[in-house]
Amino acid sequence: MKAFSYERARTPAAAAAAAERTPGAKFIAGGTNLLDLMKLQIETPQHLIDVNGLGIDKIEPTPEGGLRIGALVRNTDLAADMRIRRDYGLLSRALLAGASGQLRNKATTAGNLLQRTRCPYFYDTNQACNKRKPGSGCAAIGGFSRSLGVIGVSDACIATQPSDMAVAMRALDATVETVRPDGTARAIPIADFHRLPGATPHIETALGKGELITAVTLPKPVGGTHVYHKVRDRASYAFALVSVGVIVQKDGSGRVAVGGIAPKPWRVEASEADLPRGAKAVAAGLLAGAKPTHDNQFKLTLVERTLGAVLAEARG
Amino acid sequence: MKFDTPAAKNPIDRLKVVGKATDRIDGPLKTTGLAPYAYERHDKVRNPAYGYVLGSAIAKGKIAAIDLAAAKAMPGVLAIVTADTAGKLEKGQFNTAKLLGGPDIEHYHQAVAVIVAETFEQARAAASLITVNYARATGNFDLAALKDTAVKPVADGPGGKPDTAVGDFEKGFAAAPVKLDALYTTPDQAHAMMEPHATTALWEGDKLTLYTANQMIAWSKGDVAKTLGIAPENVRLDSPYIGGGFGGKLFVRADAILAALGAKASGRPVKLALTRPFMFNNTTHRPATIQRIRIGATKDGKITAIGHEGWSGDLPGGGPETAVNQTRLLYAGADRMTKTRLAVLDLPEGNAMRAPGEAPGLMALEIAMDEMAEKLGIDPIKFRAINDTQVDPEKPERKFSQRQLVKCLELGAEKFGWDKRKGPGSVREGRWLIGMGVGAGIRNNLLMKSGARVRLNQAGIVTVETDMTDIGTGTYTILAQTAAEMMGIPIDKVVVTLGDSDLPASAGSGGQWGANNSTSGVYAACMKLRETVAQRLGFNTTEVDFADGKVHSGNRSIALGEAARTGEIVAEDTIEYGDLDKKYQQSTFAGHFVEVAVDAATGETRIRRMLAVCAAGRILNPKAARSQVIGAMTMGVGAAMIEELAVDKRFGFFVNHDLAGYEVPVHADIPHQEVIFLEEEDPISSPMKAKGVGELGLCGVGAAVANAIYNATGIRVRDYPITLDKYLDRLPPVA
Repeated sequence: MKAFSYERARTPAAAAAAAERTPGAKFIAGGTNLLDLMKLQIETPQHLIDVNGLGIDKIEPTPEGGLRIGALVRNTDLAADMRIRRDYGLLSRALLAGASGQLRNKATTAGNLLQRTRCPYFYDTNQACNKRKPGSGCAAIGGFSRSLGVIGVSDACIATQPSDMAVAMRALDATVETVRPDGTARAIPIADFHRLPGATPHIETALGKGELITAVTLPKPVGGTHVYHKVRDRASYAFALVSVGVIVQKDGSGRVAVGGIAPKPWRVEASEADLPRGAKAVAAGLLAGAKPTHDNQFKLTLVERTLGAVLAEARG
Repeated sequence: MKFDTPAAKNPIDRLKVVGKATDRIDGPLKTTGLAPYAYERHDKVRNPAYGYVLGSAIAKGKIAAIDLAAAKAMPGVLAIVTADTAGKLEKGQFNTAKLLGGPDIEHYHQAVAVIVAETFEQARAAASLITVNYARATGNFDLAALKDTAVKPVADGPGGKPDTAVGDFEKGFAAAPVKLDALYTTPDQAHAMMEPHATTALWEGDKLTLYTANQMIAWSKGDVAKTLGIAPENVRLDSPYIGGGFGGKLFVRADAILAALGAKASGRPVKLALTRPFMFNNTTHRPATIQRIRIGATKDGKITAIGHEGWSGDLPGGGPETAVNQTRLLYAGADRMTKTRLAVLDLPEGNAMRAPGEAPGLMALEIAMDEMAEKLGIDPIKFRAINDTQVDPEKPERKFSQRQLVKCLELGAEKFGWDKRKGPGSVREGRWLIGMGVGAGIRNNLLMKSGARVRLNQAGIVTVETDMTDIGTGTYTILAQTAAEMMGIPIDKVVVTLGDSDLPASAGSGGQWGANNSTSGVYAACMKLRETVAQRLGFNTTEVDFADGKVHSGNRSIALGEAARTGEIVAEDTIEYGDLDKKYQQSTFAGHFVEVAVDAATGETRIRRMLAVCAAGRILNPKAARSQVIGAMTMGVGAAMIEELAVDKRFGFFVNHDLAGYEVPVHADIPHQEVIFLEEEDPISSPMKAKGVGELGLCGVGAAVANAIYNATGIRVRDYPITLDKYLDRLPPVA
C-alpha cells in the first residue's frame, strides 16, 4: 500500500469537487474492494475521499411509486428491507447470493456497482492487463480464462463485471443518480452505466471525472415472479460462473438478465420476446455474437440450462 | 527404548485417560488469542522490524539487473537483501529450489529480495519500487505435453522403489476375461492452510533464534544451519503453535531464511509472513498426476492382473508424486505392476501435501475399482471384499499387522443405507439427481524414532518436553493423556511444552506418524520416570502401580510428588524401532461413503451425507481423531470438486493464486459428517498400539465423491476436480 492522504467529505457535491481537484483521488465507502486492491498495489490512490458521512444512506419512496436507494445503503440493509423483499425480490436474492455476511454489512450500493473485475490476471501485477495498465496487453487472452467473459468482450479485455446486485438492477431497469463536480445532478440508466471494454477496458463506467453516485432508483414495482439463480463452483462465497435473474409475469412475458458472462450485467431486451418459446430461444438471442474461449465455452450451455431451470421454477 | 517385539500389556492399556474423548488442553489459549503464533511473538521479541518478500515475475531465466536505489530511499527502509548481498547460501537438504533466487530464477515467485522496514506497509511499498530486469528463458510447464519425456526417478524416495513387478502383468492382463484400461488426472493442489508461512528472527551474537511455523523442528534446524552456513548449535527454532501445515511446513521455507537474513542485515529482529497471493507459487504444492490403471479380472470378480502407472513433474532434482504406491498393497492379484515416472517441469516446487501419494493415487484407483465393479456387475463393496488380502501382495510372507478394510466397508454400508443405492442416473428428487459412492482408503503407519523428556516436581506435576509440534491436530492433548496414564495422574497435572529445538528431538508432524510415535516417545520417557520414582520411594520397581496421583506397592501408597521431595526428577528417552515394520505391513484403513445431489439442469453438485469408517489402531483421543477425520473428509471434497491450481502454460505459474481463485470448501459445502472408529489395537505398531488417522481421513474420499456423482448422473469423469463444465453437456435435457 502506498502512502495516501485522506479527507472526509461534507456534501456529495463537495466530494465530487474534491475528487476532480485532487490528483489520484478515489472515493472510499465500504472499502471492501478498494482496500484489497490497494494492498495488492493494483489501485494506488494518492488521496482518499471518505464519503461514509454524507448521509445518503436511506431508502425512500419516489413520487413515481418506486424506491430511491441511497448510495451508502449497505448491501445487508438493502437485502433485508421489507419493501425490497416484497416488491423487488430479485434484488434481495441477488444481494444475498453475493460475498459473505461480513462483507455485505460493509459494502454499499454504489460500491457494489463499481466493484472491479475478478480476472486473475488483473490481480497479478506481473501480468499484462489493459485494465490495470492501459496498453500493456491482456494476459488472460490465451491464458486461464474459465471464469472470464464470453460476450461483450474485446481483443483488449475479456474480464467480467462480477456484481450480483447489478444483474438484478439491470432486470429492474434501475437508474443511477450522480452528482458532478460542478454540483449538477444527472441520471444514468443502468443499461448505460457499465461500458463495454472495446479498446479502453480501463474505462469501466459512464461516470466522469469526480462524478459521485448518490443513489440508485428503482421504478414502480413490475410484479411477477422473481428468481435469481447463481451457479458457482462451491455453495457459497464465490463469484458466479453464470447467474441468471428473471422476472416472469403470469402472461408469460418477462425479463432476463445474466451475470458472470460479460463486462456488464447482460440483458438483451429483444430476446425477451422469445420467453414464451422457452430458454433455448431466449438464450440464442441473449448470446448472439458470443466469443467464448476454449476454457469458458461451457458458459453458453450453462446460461441456457440455468435459464431453463429458472423459468421452470418461476412458472411453478 | 527399543521397540522390537509386539507390545505386551502395559500401563496404557488401563485406558483411564488415553482413549477417552478429551477436550484440547490448548483450546482455551487458542480461543482467547493467547497462544503465541510465529508472527505474534510479542512475548519474546520487542520492537521487531518487518520483512516483505519480493518474488520473481518470471518462471525461468535470469535476473539481468536489479535496481534497489528507489526502494532504499523510501522512508522506514532498514535493509534490502538479495542474492548479491546475502553472502554464500547453501540449499537445504529438503529443498529442491533455492529459497532466495538470483541471478538464476527457478520458478515464478521465487524470492529475489527481502525488504526490511519499520512497518509492514513501508516494506511493501518499497518492494514495489524495486526494478528487476529479467532475461526470460523457455521453460517446461505442461505435464501432459511432457508425459513421454518422463523418466524413472533415479533414487528410491520415501515411497520406496519407483517400479515394482510381480508375475507377468502384461500377459495376465491380456488373458483376463474382464478388463479396464483407463487414464485419470489429478491437478496441482495447494495446502492453503490458514496460517501462512511466518517467522520472527532474532540474532544474539552468532546465535539465531527463529520463532517460526514448522512441522519438523529437527529437520529444519539442520536445514537452517546448512542454508546459512552456520553451526547447528547456533540455531534454535521455536514453534509451539502452528495454524495448519498439511505438509506445507515440513521444510524450511523462504520466510525463515529471509527473516534471518533481513535481521542480520538490519541489526533488528525481523518478523516476516508470506502474503497469501505469494504462497501458491513461492512455496510447495501437491504435484499434478496423470495415472493409467489397468485391471483384469475373472468374470466372478477376482482380480488377476493390476497395473498402475503414474506420471508427475517437478523441478530438476525434485521427486515424483508416488501415486501408484497404495496399489502395491490394497488388493490381491497375481500379476502386478506399478511404475512411477517423473518429468522435469519449471513450475514451483512439488512436494508433500497431506497423504502424499495415496491422496491422488486413490482418487484414481478407487474410481477404477468402481468402474471395474460395474463392468463385472458386482456391487463395489463386494468386489473390494473379493479382492481383499491379509498379506502384502508383493511379498506374501509379510502379513498386515491389522487389516479391517472389509469390516470398514461392510459396517459403513450398513450404517449408510448402501442397500438403497440404485443404478446410475436412476434416482431423482425433483431437480436433483441423487447418487451414492464408496471409496476404500489405505494409508501406511510410518515408524520414526521420537524422544521426550519428562519432569516430576514435588507438587506432583509432570512436565513433558519434546520438540514435537502440534499443527492443529491435538498433539498437546494426546501427549498429556499419555503422561497422565503412565503416571496415574489426571490430565490437569500434566504440562506439555512443544516445538523448541532445544528439547529432545521427536518424530515431528507429518505422514500421520506424529501421534503414534510422539506418544511412544513420551511412553518411553515415562517408563524411565516410573523406575526412578519407584527407586526414590524405595519400592521394588516391578510391583508398583501408579494410580490416583499415588504410587502404590503392596499396602503402601505414597503421593507421586513425594518422590520429588528432594528435587525434581528428570527422565528422558527415545522410542526406537526394530524391524517389525519389515516383518509386517502396518497400515490404516477406511471405508468412505458419500451421497451427492446433482442439479440436473445446472450441474451443480452438493454433498448430502458423508460417512467414514476407520480402522487405525488404538484411537488415543476420539474427539481429536474425529476432528482430524472430518477435516480430511472436507479436504477430500475440495479435491474432488473444486481444488485446482490452474497452470498458465505460457508463463509457467499458478494463476489462481489467492483464496478467491483457489477455492476450498466452505461451510455450505459440507453437510453432516459421521465418523466411526473400529475397535482395534495394534501391538505390532508401538507400545501405544496406535497408528494415525490424520491422512487416512482423506484417502479414498475424492473417489467416493466421484463415484457418487457417477451413480447420480451416469456420467463418468476421470479428470479432477469434477467441476460442472466437465459433464454439463451430458446431463439430461432441461424440460
